[in-house]
Amino acid sequence: MELERPIIEESIDNVIVTRLDSAVNWARESSLWPMVFGTACCAIEFMATTASKYDLSRFGAEVIRFSPRQADLLIVAGTISYKQAPILRQIYAQMPSPKWVISMGACACSGGFYDNYATVQGIDTLIPVDFYVAGCPPRPEALLDAIVALQHSITHPNASKGLAMTCCDDGVCKPCTIGAVHG
Amino acid sequence: MAEALLLHAHKIDHTTRATFAPQHLIEVLTYLKKTLHFDQLLDVTAIDEKPMKMVYILRSHDFIDSYILTTSLDETHTIDSATSLFESAHWLERETYDQYGVHFVGHPNLTRILNHEGFVGHPLRKDYPIAQGQMCHETLDLLPQLQARLESKGILTRQSDGTYSSGSRDIMYLNLGPSHPASHGTIRTFVALEGETIVGAVNEIGYLHRGFEKSCENHTYNQIIPYTDRLNYCSSLANNVAFAKTIEEMLGVTLPDRGIFIRVMLIELSRIIDHLVCLGANLVDLGALTNYWYLFNPRETAYDFLTKLTGARLTNSYMRVGGMAHDLFVGWEEEMKRVLADVEQGMGDTLKLIEHNRIFHDRTQNVGILTPQRVRDFAISGPNARASGVPYDMRKTAPYYYYESFDFDTVLGSVGDVYDRMMVRFEEIRQSIRIIRQIMARIPSGAVSIDDHRIVLPPKPSVYDSIEGTINHFKLIIDGVRVSAQSHYSAIEAVNGELGFFVVSNGSGTPAKVKVKAPSFTAMSAYASMIEGGQIADAIATLGSINIIAGEMDR
Repeated sequence: MELERPIIEESIDNVIVTRLDSAVNWARESSLWPMVFGTACCAIEFMATTASKYDLSRFGAEVIRFSPRQADLLIVAGTISYKQAPILRQIYAQMPSPKWVISMGACACSGGFYDNYATVQGIDTLIPVDFYVAGCPPRPEALLDAIVALQHSITHPNASKGLAMTCCDDGVCKPCTIGAVHG
Repeated sequence: MAEALLLHAHKIDHTTRATFAPQHLIEVLTYLKKTLHFDQLLDVTAIDEKPMKMVYILRSHDFIDSYILTTSLDETHTIDSATSLFESAHWLERETYDQYGVHFVGHPNLTRILNHEGFVGHPLRKDYPIAQGQMCHETLDLLPQLQARLESKGILTRQSDGTYSSGSRDIMYLNLGPSHPASHGTIRTFVALEGETIVGAVNEIGYLHRGFEKSCENHTYNQIIPYTDRLNYCSSLANNVAFAKTIEEMLGVTLPDRGIFIRVMLIELSRIIDHLVCLGANLVDLGALTNYWYLFNPRETAYDFLTKLTGARLTNSYMRVGGMAHDLFVGWEEEMKRVLADVEQGMGDTLKLIEHNRIFHDRTQNVGILTPQRVRDFAISGPNARASGVPYDMRKTAPYYYYESFDFDTVLGSVGDVYDRMMVRFEEIRQSIRIIRQIMARIPSGAVSIDDHRIVLPPKPSVYDSIEGTINHFKLIIDGVRVSAQSHYSAIEAVNGELGFFVVSNGSGTPAKVKVKAPSFTAMSAYASMIEGGQIADAIATLGSINIIAGEMDR
């Protein structure tokens, strides 16, 4: 969060002055409520991400909601077939704004190696996507990486999106490795 | 009389193959079921040749013998429905209609099952372009199907204007899934409730249909291995083996003993880690979250082992036609011991929490009962069948890969409820651990793959240093393994039951057809009838306990 020096000297210990946007975004960043649209293999790796070893709650994004109305982050984990497409659209529409989407795995990103009649060739033909995670399925670290990058982009509106592991381009924290995102 | 209708019958080992004229289907199936006791219809599919062929695969009452029937259809692609004889035919015929456009006369609900209702054409026809997707804009309204079911049960009556009346009974409809954590994201159930009791239910599947069988027809045999990983993605290696074994049988080759032992060990390891996910998720569905951590963590140790061995955690692609990618890594015994110890620890911790837990017993005992007769009607296999007391375990009934020489028990339940299905899985983990320990004590040294470079890649020095090696490598990569023209069905006891592949080859390096006999598919077709009479919470517990893996069910 970007803080500005308090103007009133005597209240220096009690008051923080900031912009409303920054305060709100700081809260959003640290309390993402993901809704998992898990359909296939990637959902098993998502389960691993939430389990003790990788422990998603370390990053403040562990309050998994299965109602889209209570979630602000949609993680699409798995292959989306054409039969599934209207459901995904409806789930996305039911989420209140502001909302973000992580496309987890090759199938969700591009159809993967299911280049055939049954499979949607990338969910970005259906809904907007903020971050893509490569892998088939991605390791839990890769998903965590995308979540950290998404959190960074929430507090840094000019940060680039797309692939996780891309750097912030607002000049504030360049060169921005993932370790520095939270630093 | 009916025996004479079976033409060209010939028996090799335990499999009989025969043809018949399509108009005699019902007589032939009745004869096989009533007289020869082939009382399970495992699979129904078509082969798009000229003329279109139908294939029926049946299994005998004692699970030892198989019968593969084929018949040629005329240009109307019409044949009688077998639904009056076999419950499993309901969904199997719907799939054949959906994928190949075969019409089954007398089928009560001949609608699409894997593709969406608006789909035009039949994707597994050879003239359907593989990449031609069709957008779906609406989900299917299941109300007419459910109303028809309620009418057949006498709960609704159809009125003169075509609408339904429930009389004085108060019926409420509720949609469960597919986007629901307990429905694994891909299974839709539509139920009619009276009070809190489910009086009628119908299912819709196909939400994870991703064209596996069509993709197989466009890839070489070894390129299909990664696709098989993603059938039952909780136990990828078992699928790898099932497919590779089928192709090896078609080629007439047998692995060296070390290769076979490694395969058995990895199948049993897959069984363990698959059961861990199933049990962990089922307990979460029941509200017992702690057990999930206890059961999932040992899976991480197994992932570490598999990562060292194959480079991947989940989708391993380790098997090849004719063997496997490479031998075990140095020091694997110590790692495997650690995996088994962790599994025993996690299982012990979990059982301490639930074994004598009143809430767990009340939630699971006498819930979602599957009778032995229903098991056979729906051709259900694996732990789901064994929990109902049906001794159907291919490792015992039709042993392969030296399973007869390992000391392990077939685990049977007595009631066939959720409790039995879960406890059978816990005990099967113990039995798999026993098998793996025996393998570790007995595993022979030697090669892991066959030594035939028309089938397996030559060693790298030979590829770089000799023209034969280079050509072998090139031909295998470009053309694939060539399998002489034939059709073959082979299966193994995979984690969810009998996982079979029916493969038709045409002499090239790419199969003409691959059909998966998926254990989850038939288990799912029994689900609606299992939950009727229970409550919603029971339906959730039941679904978790039959371990439906959508990748395998929808393919």
